[in-house]
Amino acid sequence: MALQRTPLYAAHQRAGGKLIEFGGWEMPVQYSTITDEHLCVRRAAGIFDISHMGEVLVSGIAAEAFLNATLTNDIRKLAVGTGQYTLMCNERGGVIDDLYVYRSNPEDYLLIINASRIADDVAWLERQHAAFPKRGEVSLKNVSDITAAVAIQGPNTPGLLDQMFPTASIYGTPVVKPSELKKNQNAQFHFHGLPVWVARTGYSGEDGFEIVAPAGFIEPLWDTALKLGHQFCLQPCGLGARDTLRTEMCYPLYGHELDENTTPIEAGLGFFVALDKGEFVGRSVLAAQKANGTTKKLAAFKMTDKSPPPRPHYAIFANGQKVGDVVSGTQSPSLNVGIGMGYVPPALAVVGTKIEIEIRGRRFAAEVVKKPIYKKR
Amino acid sequence: MSNVPSDLKYAKSHEWARVAGDTATIGITDHAQHELTDVVFVELPAVGRAVKAGEACAVVESVKTASDIYSPVGGEVVEVNNAVVKDPALVNSDPYGAGWFYKVKLANPAELGALLAPEAYAAQIKG
Repeated sequence: MALQRTPLYAAHQRAGGKLIEFGGWEMPVQYSTITDEHLCVRRAAGIFDISHMGEVLVSGIAAEAFLNATLTNDIRKLAVGTGQYTLMCNERGGVIDDLYVYRSNPEDYLLIINASRIADDVAWLERQHAAFPKRGEVSLKNVSDITAAVAIQGPNTPGLLDQMFPTASIYGTPVVKPSELKKNQNAQFHFHGLPVWVARTGYSGEDGFEIVAPAGFIEPLWDTALKLGHQFCLQPCGLGARDTLRTEMCYPLYGHELDENTTPIEAGLGFFVALDKGEFVGRSVLAAQKANGTTKKLAAFKMTDKSPPPRPHYAIFANGQKVGDVVSGTQSPSLNVGIGMGYVPPALAVVGTKIEIEIRGRRFAAEVVKKPIYKKR
Repeated sequence: MSNVPSDLKYAKSHEWARVAGDTATIGITDHAQHELTDVVFVELPAVGRAVKAGEACAVVESVKTASDIYSPVGGEVVEVNNAVVKDPALVNSDPYGAGWFYKVKLANPAELGALLAPEAYAAQIKG
């Protein structure tokens, strides 16, 4: 199958991006180097193309009830102009996808889903919709193909966003400028007269924003960000830095920390599972796991001796026994040490536990550490 | 544009060999370090190991990935560069100098004939 390209493909080529395959998409992995881009986001600002991600609109007077029966977090907490992190599970509590939901109008919700999961998510949502009693009062629309998005992340981004969007918001949270948005709030702003959504959120552990716009608007938006971003030390950043940034923060990536045979409880995401909100898909399994415990738990670790960087699929050992596998691993650009995450029996997922990572037939010492692995000073 | 020194021989897999007498010094090219970026770990063969031409005998790791390094020529490893193990960034900053990997005593000097001349290697990485 031919790889898909985002509307920013030409912009990436102009910017010297090195393009690789990611989840069926041809995406930039880096423009300069992963370390350089990573540190630029930690210290200044970076812009990422996230147009490959999917967008689904859920609308109607029963949209809230439908989403609350389908997703794990409590959607009733969302005021207009706010968003939340949530998960979509199967009947076994396994994760179909992790996503962000924004309430853009009283009866309109925007779901931001993973690129690699668009087809599965839409099929799952349609199945749930077909079985939903009030299906006539809620509609689904997959707008992934006509929607693009960028993430602008880093401590310098509020000033940049205020220059990009100099007029007050027109929808969502009423603010005079983007920097007035609080974490997880979103609002619609005009960009050269065209409406785009700006949310204060991200996947880097830094302050930052994500901008969702019709596909045709994204290239001028990208170009404007780079031009105005010059004085904010903004750099274009690829998926490589996006991955190292999120790994330092222990944010899950679907296909690594999450899959259909892993539950949010096992992944340490119980905070985003509202067991008390009423029935939803997977609830009984998740409630039982919360009460009785699980057989595996996601642990974060740091290498303690000089070693090659840990990588996904490397074996984890404790007391001479294989106890699990690494699901994410890299050399941390911020800490300059090997870091990662992996599933181990809960008794071993305790901070301070000594473990070993097997790398090319040799075992290297590591230690279970508190999440996130990187903390801003 | 990548630097391709005229006094070296090259493997298609982006290693270089600098021959002095019966010994060859091995490293990876400027083009290779540029493609790998951010070298964070280097694993070298043990001194005394006999390596064959084309055999994977070292590993270089960037933030993103681990890559095997193939010996361009066969022979006994007589010396390794511990400085590059200690400071892997030397591979990026000085790939033809301080970032060398190991020295091999040539088992069969005729193998050098199979390596690429600088012009041929430069043409390969251009295409």
